[in-house]
Amino acid sequence: MNTGSFERTATHVMLALFAVLALAPLVVVVLAAMHPSGTLLSGAGLPDSFSLATFRTAWDEGGFSRLMTSSAIVAVTVVALTTVLSIPAGYAFGTMRFPFADLLFYVILTGIVVPFESLIVPLYYSFRDVGLTDSYWGLILPQTGLSISFGVFWMRAFFRSLPPELSDAARVDGATSWRILWRVLVPIGRPAIVTMVLLVFMWTWNEFLLALVMISDQTHRTAPLGLSAFQSRYGVDVPGVSAAAVFVAAPVVILYVLTQRQFLRGMLAGSIKG
Amino acid sequence: MLPALVVFGVFVVAPMIDGAWISLFAWDGVTVGHWVGLSNYREALVDPLVREAFGHSLVLVGFYAVLPITIGLFLTALMTHARVRGGAAVRTIIFLPQVLAAVVVGVAWKWLYDPSGPINSLLGAVGLSSLEHTWLGDFSTALPAVGVIGTWVTTGLCLVLFVAGVQRIPLSRYEAARVDGAGPVREFFAVTLPGLRNELAVAMSLSVITALRAFDIIFVTTKGGPGNATTVPSLLIYQRAFITGEVGSAAAIGAMMGAIILLLSVVITRVVEERR
Repeated sequence: MNTGSFERTATHVMLALFAVLALAPLVVVVLAAMHPSGTLLSGAGLPDSFSLATFRTAWDEGGFSRLMTSSAIVAVTVVALTTVLSIPAGYAFGTMRFPFADLLFYVILTGIVVPFESLIVPLYYSFRDVGLTDSYWGLILPQTGLSISFGVFWMRAFFRSLPPELSDAARVDGATSWRILWRVLVPIGRPAIVTMVLLVFMWTWNEFLLALVMISDQTHRTAPLGLSAFQSRYGVDVPGVSAAAVFVAAPVVILYVLTQRQFLRGMLAGSIKG
Repeated sequence: MLPALVVFGVFVVAPMIDGAWISLFAWDGVTVGHWVGLSNYREALVDPLVREAFGHSLVLVGFYAVLPITIGLFLTALMTHARVRGGAAVRTIIFLPQVLAAVVVGVAWKWLYDPSGPINSLLGAVGLSSLEHTWLGDFSTALPAVGVIGTWVTTGLCLVLFVAGVQRIPLSRYEAARVDGAGPVREFFAVTLPGLRNELAVAMSLSVITALRAFDIIFVTTKGGPGNATTVPSLLIYQRAFITGEVGSAAAIGAMMGAIILLLSVVITRVVEERR
């Protein structure tokens, strides 16, 4: 059966329509941010003159230098810890036999679906008792814990996909498991590791509830928390709030646009588990 | 691998157990709590507000899961039938909302829904000013309005999943269906849908979990209001644990939520595996 050009056109139109629907809210926000700060906007009009002044004002008023720095510190540390901890664990789960391996792996998998909403109450009160609230560690440690679930799951799948001959050859040369892992397998696994790094960075950067609960002082606030605070304080300043939203979104969006292949692959393969 | 297990154990498993323990106490977070056994759970089950919150979650599942999956399937079917290659650009764009921080999404949509925001002005511009609304402030529209945000976020995920899944279905099956004279509808039900079983399960678990959590977007847009019109369990956990000092009750709701999510993911995976 031949599919007519009418159908093809109709499909293109539909796809274009949905692409526009997906993009429109973002375009509207960027447009709003280009109006002078404090303008009472109505509708999604174009600004009279193209100006980036509002970005500067919002950056200073919202203290985004500090917010972005805090977020970067937290996200980079979580990514580094998750990578260093997940690679050996994934290697062990993927290539070695040890007692209770399956059971342990299933326990770790629960971390992929368990939400912070369920952990936040005990986490907060334990961290308060040991003085970890209002500190970067209060954000880093729980997020590393949850990211390890995905990391171990992801790296295990990678190590399983490798032909065993790879490590066997190195083993004949007298290399230890540890050496094989870091010298032989990790270099091969760069693409898988990059994907993991990207996803963990995104999840950490975007996390809100944990920061909302753990952080009450100004110095340790993360960017999403700062945005929420900025919005409740300057809510009527739509251009300003929109500019602030652009800051918070920018790092992940830039990473996504640059590396969409890895991003999509990770989100797809990472979610098809079981 | 030991360090990974330790970190995971201390910061994920221990809080789960600790949470279950806290949920057995009446505790305000400050003074010494006292043992109440399962009564936090009993109270939560009959608490009209908790019930309402879970009810809202159910509505959100419709918007976050059912609607995006339907749209995703529909678009996938169109693309498959018309043999339109999934235009990488379209895929990138439709997926974009998925990588944004939920707080950013909330801020964006709060402005879209604003009484003088773009949606109302668009309605006015096309002569439908009678439909203009205070979308997030009106009891009847607040929950669906929040739901639509979820649809906007998860549709891209579903579409990308399904398009990738269709590419794994052998072309010969489509050819066979066409030889049998199957039209677009039969082709979809006979070939595409069964071929996407895995992807459907994934889309369903991910989007249902997102719907049940839904904290960030609601916190930024409505804070559960107007009244309790958009209150969801995660918001109740936050309010009770950190504002009204009903920590035990919050922990109980948290445990219930965690259990529901775990159970759902297990059930969805099982159903798929059984039919494989």
